[in-house]
Amino acid sequence: MTVTPQTEKAVVAGPEEPRNRPTQKHVSLHLQRRIREGGIKLFCAMCAVLSIFVTFAIVYTLLTQALPFFAKVNLKDFFTGTEWQPTPEPGHYGILPLINGTLMITVGAGIFAVPLGLLSAIYLSEYAKPKVKAILKPALELLAGIPTVVYGYFGLFFVTPLIKQVLPETQAANALAGAIVVGVMILPLVSSLCEDAISSVPRALREGAQGLGATKAETTMKIVVPAALSGIVASFILALSRALGETMAVTLAAGSNPILTFNPTKGIETMTAYMVNTSKGDIETGSMKYLSIFAVGLILFLLTFSMNLFARRMVAKFKLNYQ
Amino acid sequence: MILDPSTHRNLQSRKRFDALFAILCQSAAWVGVGLLVIFLTKIFIDGAGHLNWKFITSELSQRPGRTGIWPAVVGSLYVMILTTAISVPVGVAAAIYLEEFNRRKTKFINIVQLNIANLSGVPSVVYGLLGRVLFVYAFGFQQSIIAGALTMSLLILPTVIIVTQEALRAVPKSYRDCSMALGSTQWQAIRLQVLPNALPGILTGIILSISRAIGETAPLIVVGAASYVSFLPSSLGDKYTVLPIKIFDWANDSKNEFHSVAASAIIVLMVALLFINSFAIYFRARSQAKAKK
Repeated sequence: MTVTPQTEKAVVAGPEEPRNRPTQKHVSLHLQRRIREGGIKLFCAMCAVLSIFVTFAIVYTLLTQALPFFAKVNLKDFFTGTEWQPTPEPGHYGILPLINGTLMITVGAGIFAVPLGLLSAIYLSEYAKPKVKAILKPALELLAGIPTVVYGYFGLFFVTPLIKQVLPETQAANALAGAIVVGVMILPLVSSLCEDAISSVPRALREGAQGLGATKAETTMKIVVPAALSGIVASFILALSRALGETMAVTLAAGSNPILTFNPTKGIETMTAYMVNTSKGDIETGSMKYLSIFAVGLILFLLTFSMNLFARRMVAKFKLNYQ
Repeated sequence: MILDPSTHRNLQSRKRFDALFAILCQSAAWVGVGLLVIFLTKIFIDGAGHLNWKFITSELSQRPGRTGIWPAVVGSLYVMILTTAISVPVGVAAAIYLEEFNRRKTKFINIVQLNIANLSGVPSVVYGLLGRVLFVYAFGFQQSIIAGALTMSLLILPTVIIVTQEALRAVPKSYRDCSMALGSTQWQAIRLQVLPNALPGILTGIILSISRAIGETAPLIVVGAASYVSFLPSSLGDKYTVLPIKIFDWANDSKNEFHSVAASAIIVLMVALLFINSFAIYFRARSQAKAKK
């Protein structure tokens, strides 16, 4: 397979080789090269196609495990049931408490991260001097690099005690703390994606607005942000889908109590937390409890996948507008 | 018109809003930094007490005063090295195919590309489910290091591909043209010209994705990494635990003493991540310095 450059040179520049006339050696070298090129290209192609295979494998495993589950649990009961109680067998499988828990976290995180992320993106792209940017951006990257389980720790031992000072009945694990730490976690994502969108708005638009007498704030709010809107919305959706799939922080900070409540000071359980909590215990392969984590996983996968697909579409559209 | 007092007042309020808006944006941006500082301080206050060399090198124990983290550190190392060994060659090869061998963007390539972008957005816990069915049961690896590493590899593969593609894209087209005009094959151009020039970018991206994998917990719990092992893993088929799982366990423990142990373990994890990331920062700085020359 491997022909080093030295041997190739020796063959090509061999003393007795007449130029221009293909000899046996030339032909075999040519062939060798083509086989090698083809082999490498094939290997690379296979690696690229592997990604398609991974998607199919995810869908296949989720479906094959979830279908036996749905054979036993009525779809209507599953989507409208308000009780999630896998033990004792046969158990109740109404997914609303889990969906509600997940939405509380996602919406809460969004309320926290979306305005902050957008404003800091505006600051980074429109106002910040390079020196300030050189501090802010690495700090945000560091924030993004903190493992999610560490965020869970902050939720339990930092955010919750703070909440308790205001609302003393708050439970040790509660939805509010979970939402806040997930919000902090997606803040760098919102900020960096929004900044990309805002800074790709052509300068001419800003200059035009300021030339007509608009202040910088007016230029930003009335011209730049609307022009970047589809990119900004796409980044919100991407960040929210990250919050939706977030696992360890919410498992720690928001608890493992699947109840249907809108009270953010109570412990809840998200879809992701259910999967982790259930996998941690000893569960019998093929049991209803085991199958249920795949059913929940399927719903989560479909939700995040469609959100991502939608966001990518918006980004692609946005790029077309300004190129 | 300038003399009209109403316009003047209007202008004043517009200017006030302008100044206010700038302050608002600025303070929003600093919130992130503030939170980072608060978090790090909190962790340090909670965890510094337990931290010493013995804590890092001792066995796990059920007693908070005695426990160390060494088996978890070894487990994390094994998983990380194996994940790197699997995902990097595959990811780089896939990126080379997408960026180099297929410069014409056919419909198929677009689908692959979109698929990779979507895969990078799939929640990590879903990869755990895939790993549990595929590697733990179908391939029969049970709850072993290899099953965990394979799952992690699939998880970071999309990111590795995306960052490698970006690095390859940054190499000017003239490098390839030049090399091939001098008679190299396409692979020779890639191997001898494109890859060496893209290397700092590729390394930066790969290090960042690996450090993400080190902190990742959920998929490993789902594929059955243990939360307590009484021995060091010695082969790839052994049971194992990793540092983030221990942190999760200790933070969730009913004994309060374990919470500060969790904080100490977090310090170790964060220092390790910072150490690994500093390589990425170094590579990035070097490639930027090179680009300036």
